[in-house]
Amino acid sequence: MIYRKLGLSLSVILVFLAYIAHQKEQQSDIIVSTPVVSTETSAQRESINTPSTTKPIQTRQRLGQYKDGQYTGPVVDAYYGNVQVKVTISGGKLVDVAFLDYPQDRSTSVQINTQAMPYLKQEAITAQSAQVDIIGGATETSGAFQKSLGGALAKAKAS
Amino acid sequence: MKETRIMMGMPITIEVVDVWATQRIFDDSFSYFQTIDERFSFFKEQSEVSQLNRGEIVPDAYSVDLKNILELAEKTKQETDGYFDIVTPEGLCNPSGLVKGWAIRNVSQLIMDAGYKNFYVDAGSDVELHGKNGTGDLWTVGIRNPFSEDRTSIVKVVTGTDIGVATSGTYIRGRHIYNPKDGKSVSGEIVSLTVIGNSICDADRYATAAFAMGKYGIIFIEQLYGFEGYMIDRDGIATETTGFKKYTL
Repeated sequence: MIYRKLGLSLSVILVFLAYIAHQKEQQSDIIVSTPVVSTETSAQRESINTPSTTKPIQTRQRLGQYKDGQYTGPVVDAYYGNVQVKVTISGGKLVDVAFLDYPQDRSTSVQINTQAMPYLKQEAITAQSAQVDIIGGATETSGAFQKSLGGALAKAKAS
Repeated sequence: MKETRIMMGMPITIEVVDVWATQRIFDDSFSYFQTIDERFSFFKEQSEVSQLNRGEIVPDAYSVDLKNILELAEKTKQETDGYFDIVTPEGLCNPSGLVKGWAIRNVSQLIMDAGYKNFYVDAGSDVELHGKNGTGDLWTVGIRNPFSEDRTSIVKVVTGTDIGVATSGTYIRGRHIYNPKDGKSVSGEIVSLTVIGNSICDADRYATAAFAMGKYGIIFIEQLYGFEGYMIDRDGIATETTGFKKYTL
């Protein structure tokens, strides 16, 4: 169980790494350390029990590339909702990424018979290698996230 | 024949295995998606939705498609107790979450009307299946492993005919939302929710709404007649509705 939690936590970090790798392709000046802050809540951090959700990650940016302040990225359509992020730059570094908009977060109320839950069959998922015709899953958000983040960082660039 | 194009910001794949399939059915199908994108895009300035949001058109002048989508939106909002709402916090209309499944269904109908029986339409990993695949077996859809960076890693195989399979989910932890009735956090518990039903349009909108309900989303699906679901939480535990197994191998 703890490994899965760790895996999920790592996957959040991996998305940042993927974005940073993308940035690397375009920039090649000075290497600085950028703290990447996870968007998870402290409650989740406690349950995951990983001391390092805030991880310094080596990336390349032009020194003084970002002006301190908060910058809002564009609203990006993830097709089942919008993604919009706000970045905080401090000391020329990216220190926080906050979600201003996120799919399916317009909830108002719940009217569900929660008694049904214990009767539903549960299982631990296992990765399979079966041949299938189509793979279904939600992936659009990560692309939308990167797009909004990229837009916010572009605004943060020192002119 | 199989073709993929990037449209509406996502890969759309259509495969038709009836031997008499021609390029024309693909061109017609993709051109329909194009029309829908131009009409409903929230971001294109000239789309009908943008005109609506700028107050440039009166309800009497709405296209039939727009009227249909607005009706479907209202119906979905009521059915899901407000969980699905195309009105943004700024008061604008953004039907993107509804249009995808609706467009897949309409394209599937277009392909059936052209006489084809064995095909699928996959838009952004939501898919409608008809007939059988190239080897004469039922089409199979793998539910993507939400914990793997490998996009081909799957955790479940579902199969069937004349069904829609829609998955809502995320690999990125978003900001937290709270159930206003008990103040408990609901977002983030669930990483993937797949809904299967006889219409991709309905499966898609129910998947979207149920995902927003957190761990109770699967109960919402359980209570819907004609729809089954498979929900994966952040601990890697899957919960399935009572009729889900009829879609598994």
